[in-house]
Amino acid sequence: MAIEVKNIVKTFGSFAALDNVDLKVADGELLALLGPSGSGKTTLLRIIAGLDWPDSGEVAIDGENALSRGASERQVGFVFQHYALFRHMTVFENVAFGLRVQPRAIRKDEATIRARVKNLLDLVQLDWLANRYPSQLSGGQRQRIALARALAIEPRILLLDEPFGALDAKVRKELRQWLRSLHNEIHVTSIFVTHDQEEALEVANRVVVMDKGKIEQIGSPGEVYDNPATAFVHGFIGESIVLPVDVAGDAVRLDGRPLNIPALGAASGAAKLFVRRHDMAVGPAGTGALEGAIRHVRSFGPIQRAEVALSGSEGKTVIEIDAPRDRELQVGEIVSLQPRRYRIFAAQE
Amino acid sequence: MSMQTGLVTSTTQLRTYAPATDVSVAAPAPRLEIGRAEPGTAQRNLRTEPGPIRFIIIALAIAFLSIFVVLPLVVVFASAFSKGIGAYLAALAEPEALAAIKLTLLIAAISVTLNLVFGVIAAWAISKFEFTGKTFLITLIDLPFSVSPVISGLVFVLLFGAQGYFGPWLQAHNVHILFAVPGIALATIFVTFPFVARALIPLMQEQGTQEEEAAISLGASGLQTFFRVTLPNIKWGLLYGVLLCNARAMGEFGAVSVVSGHIRGETNTMPLLVEILYNEYQFVASFAIASLLAMLALITLVAKTVLERRLDEAEVPDGD
Amino acid sequence: MSTAVARRSTLPGFGLTMGLTLTWLSVIILIPLAALFLKTFELSLDQFWGIITSRRTLNALKISFGLSFAAACVNLVMGTVIVWALVRYRFPGRRLFDAIVDIPFALPTAVAGVALTQLFAQKGWLGAPLAEFGIKVAFTPIGIFIAMIFIGIPFVVRTVQPVLIDLDPEIEEAAASLGANRWHTVFRVILPSLIPALLTGFALAFARAIGEYGSVIFIAGNLPNVSEIAPLLIVIRLSEFRYADATAIAVVMLVASFLIIFLINRLQRWAQARIPVH
Repeated sequence: MAIEVKNIVKTFGSFAALDNVDLKVADGELLALLGPSGSGKTTLLRIIAGLDWPDSGEVAIDGENALSRGASERQVGFVFQHYALFRHMTVFENVAFGLRVQPRAIRKDEATIRARVKNLLDLVQLDWLANRYPSQLSGGQRQRIALARALAIEPRILLLDEPFGALDAKVRKELRQWLRSLHNEIHVTSIFVTHDQEEALEVANRVVVMDKGKIEQIGSPGEVYDNPATAFVHGFIGESIVLPVDVAGDAVRLDGRPLNIPALGAASGAAKLFVRRHDMAVGPAGTGALEGAIRHVRSFGPIQRAEVALSGSEGKTVIEIDAPRDRELQVGEIVSLQPRRYRIFAAQE
Repeated sequence: MSMQTGLVTSTTQLRTYAPATDVSVAAPAPRLEIGRAEPGTAQRNLRTEPGPIRFIIIALAIAFLSIFVVLPLVVVFASAFSKGIGAYLAALAEPEALAAIKLTLLIAAISVTLNLVFGVIAAWAISKFEFTGKTFLITLIDLPFSVSPVISGLVFVLLFGAQGYFGPWLQAHNVHILFAVPGIALATIFVTFPFVARALIPLMQEQGTQEEEAAISLGASGLQTFFRVTLPNIKWGLLYGVLLCNARAMGEFGAVSVVSGHIRGETNTMPLLVEILYNEYQFVASFAIASLLAMLALITLVAKTVLERRLDEAEVPDGD
Repeated sequence: MSTAVARRSTLPGFGLTMGLTLTWLSVIILIPLAALFLKTFELSLDQFWGIITSRRTLNALKISFGLSFAAACVNLVMGTVIVWALVRYRFPGRRLFDAIVDIPFALPTAVAGVALTQLFAQKGWLGAPLAEFGIKVAFTPIGIFIAMIFIGIPFVVRTVQPVLIDLDPEIEEAAASLGANRWHTVFRVILPSLIPALLTGFALAFARAIGEYGSVIFIAGNLPNVSEIAPLLIVIRLSEFRYADATAIAVVMLVASFLIIFLINRLQRWAQARIPVH
C-alpha cells in the first residue's frame, strides 16, 4: 500500500521533532529512514503507525486518511526496537496475539489461527521455538519473532524501528540479508528506521536521509552516496575529507592559496570542500591541487591509509586518504593530492 | 519496594564485602588482589574492619534486634500458651473472639477489594501517561502514610459523628456510619489507601508502555490490552501490594479504635479485642487473639520475601 | 471527534482512569482531611492558641515530640550498626536477622503494644531483671521511648541499607590507596556519603513515632502531663466530645508531619543534586 505524509509538524515542548515533513512511499517499497539520533526518524515512523500524533499535517495510507484511526485500527505491522515481545507468553502465543484479539465476528477459528501461526514461524524459520518464552531466545531470534508477530495481522504496511539496533555485529549482517529476501518474498510496503548508513544502503530500495526534523535527501542508495544533496548528507554518509575553503567566482582557495579546481557552481563565500578518502588521487609533488607530507601509513587489504599533513597549514591540517597499493607510500614523503570527485557546499551550517 | 528488590539483587554483590577469613568467599574479589603477587592480609582487609570491631558490631546488631524485635514476638506466643493449649483454643472459641475474627475478615475484604481496584486504576493513569502534576498526585496518594492513625479515625468522626458535618443528616435518615461497619471500613480504607498503588506505580513505570503499544498496534482494544498484556506482567507486584494492604487492614488499631465505639461482639475487630481483653487482665485470651495477628504478620513477611524474589526475577531485563 | 483522546496518546483510558483516581482520592483522603482543617477554622485564633498551649496539651506534645526525637536518635545509631552488620559482614543467621528487621512494620501495633508491656512489666522477662536495678520501664516515659524505638528501627535500616549496598567499592579502595586508615575511610568517606539516607531514615522514624498510638499506649501508663502522648490526648478529647480540642491537637501534629515529609523531599532532592546517580 502506498503511504503519503504531508506537512507533518510535531513538537515536544520547544523541541521540533518533525519540521514540515513530506514523504511519499510507493506500494511494495522497502524504504530506510536514516539519520542521527534526534533527527525525528522514529517519531515519523510512530506517527505513521498511530503510536504518536502530529501537531498538524496529514497521513494517508492507500489514499485513506490514517489520522482518523487509532493504532489498533490501522492494520499496520510495527516491529519495536526492543521487540516488545509479551514476556509472559510463549513465542506461539505472541505471534497468535493479533489474531486472538480480533473482534469475534471476524476472528478465525482455533485451527486456522494455529495453521497461520505455524506458517509465520516457518517463514521466519523459527517454528522449533514455538513453545519457548521470549527470555529464552537470542536477540536475533526475538527480532524475527517480533517480525512474525507483526506480520500475523496481515499488515497493509510494515514499520520497523531500528530493527537491528540491539543486535551484535555478526547477527546484524545476517539479518539484513534475511530481511531483504523476506521483503522480496512477501512484498509488503516496508519502512525501517536506522542510524546505520551501511544498513540503510545495503537493505533499502530508497533511502530518506533526515536531520533535525527535516528530510535532507531522498534517493536510491547509489544516489545518496554518490550525489549527496547537502553538506549534511555528504558528511553523514560515507567517510569524507572536509576542508574549509573560500569560493570566489569559479576559483576555490584553501588558506588563501588557490586550489586548481573549479567551484562547480558553488556560491561565492566561505564553503566546505567534501572529498571521499578514495577520491583523492596521490601523485608526485607539484602535480596536484594540494600538497602535503605523509605522516603515517597503515596498509590493509587492497588499500593503504595515509595521514597527510597539508603544506601551508604549518602541519595543523591533517587529512586521511585511501590510496591503492600499487606504490607503497613512505613516511616523510612529500606528495601532491588531486580530488577526482568532490562537492563544494556553502558553509552556512 | 524498590529498595526491597534492591536488596535481593545485591546478593551476588554482597560476596565481595565478605571478611577475608573465608577463602572461598574472598576468592571472587579479584579486584582487591590486583597488583600484588602475594595476597597479603593487610590488603585483604582493605574494605573491612579489624576482627574485634567486627565482632562488636555484629553482637550489637544481634542483641538489639533480639531484645527489641524478637523477644516481643516470642512473648506473644509464650503468653498465649502460658495456660496450655486448651485455654488457648477455648479463648479463640469465645463468641466475642469469633465475632471479632469475622468482622476483621469482612473489613479486610471490603478495604482490600476497593483499594485493589482503585490502586490498579490509579497506577494505570499515573504510570502509562505523561501529565503535569504527577509527582503531586503521588504525594497525595502517599498522604495516609504520614497521617497518625488516630487522626485518620478522627477525620471520619468529624464528618459522620453526632456533631460532625453529616451527623445530623445521617441521624435524620437513620444511617449508621460511625460505630458501625461502614465507619470502620472507611477508616481502614484510608490507612491502607497507598499500598496497592505504590506497589504498582514503580513497577509499571519501569515496564514502560512498549508491550501495550505492541498490543494496540496488533489490533487489541484497551481492555484486551490490560487483561492480556498488562495484568500478567504486574501480577506479582499486585499480589505484593494486596498482601501488605491486607496485613495493615487486619492489624489496624488506632484509626479503627477511634471510629469503632467498642461495641462488644459488634464493632470490635481483632486488634480492638486484644486491647479490651488485656485491659480486663484476660491475658491468655488477649494474647491468643494477638498470636493470630502475629501469625498473620509472620506469614505476610515470608510471602513478601518470596514475592520480592519473584519480582526481582520478573524485573530482569530481556538481555541477550 | 472520536479521535480526540487518541490524538493525545496511544494507550486508551487516561480520562476514565484519571477521573476515577481523582474521585476516589477526594472521597477517601482529601474531603476527610479538609474536614479537619474546616473544623479548625471554626475556632478563633485565641481559642486555638488556648487549646494547644494548655498545660496538658503542651505536655502531651512535648512528650510525643521529645521522646520521638530521642527514639529516632537511638534508631539512627543502632540502625547504622545493624545495616553495617547486615551488609558488610557474614554471620550465621544474617538473612534471618535481615528479615526480622521488618517485623515492626508487619506486626499490628496493638500486638506490639501488649507484647512490649508484658515484656517490660515488673514481672516480665526484661522488667523483672531491670527492676532489680531499680529501673522501671513499663508505665513510665521510658516505656514510651522503648515502644518508639521498636516502631522506628526498620525505617532507618531499610532506607540506609540499599545505599550502603550500592556504594561504589572503588571509593573505599581509592581512600585506602591514598593512605587513609580504616577509621578515616569509614568516618570521612563512607558515612558522609550515607548522610542523606541516614537523615531520611531518621526523619521517617521520627514522623512515625510522633503519630504512633497502638504500640505506645499500653506501655505508657498514660498519666496526664507525665506519660500521656498527643495521639492519646486526641482520643481522650474525642471521648469527652471535645471535638474542637481534638481537632486543634490533630492539626498541630499533621502540620508537623507534613513539614517533616517536606523536609525529607527537599533532602532527597538536595542529595540527588549533590551526589549524581551512578
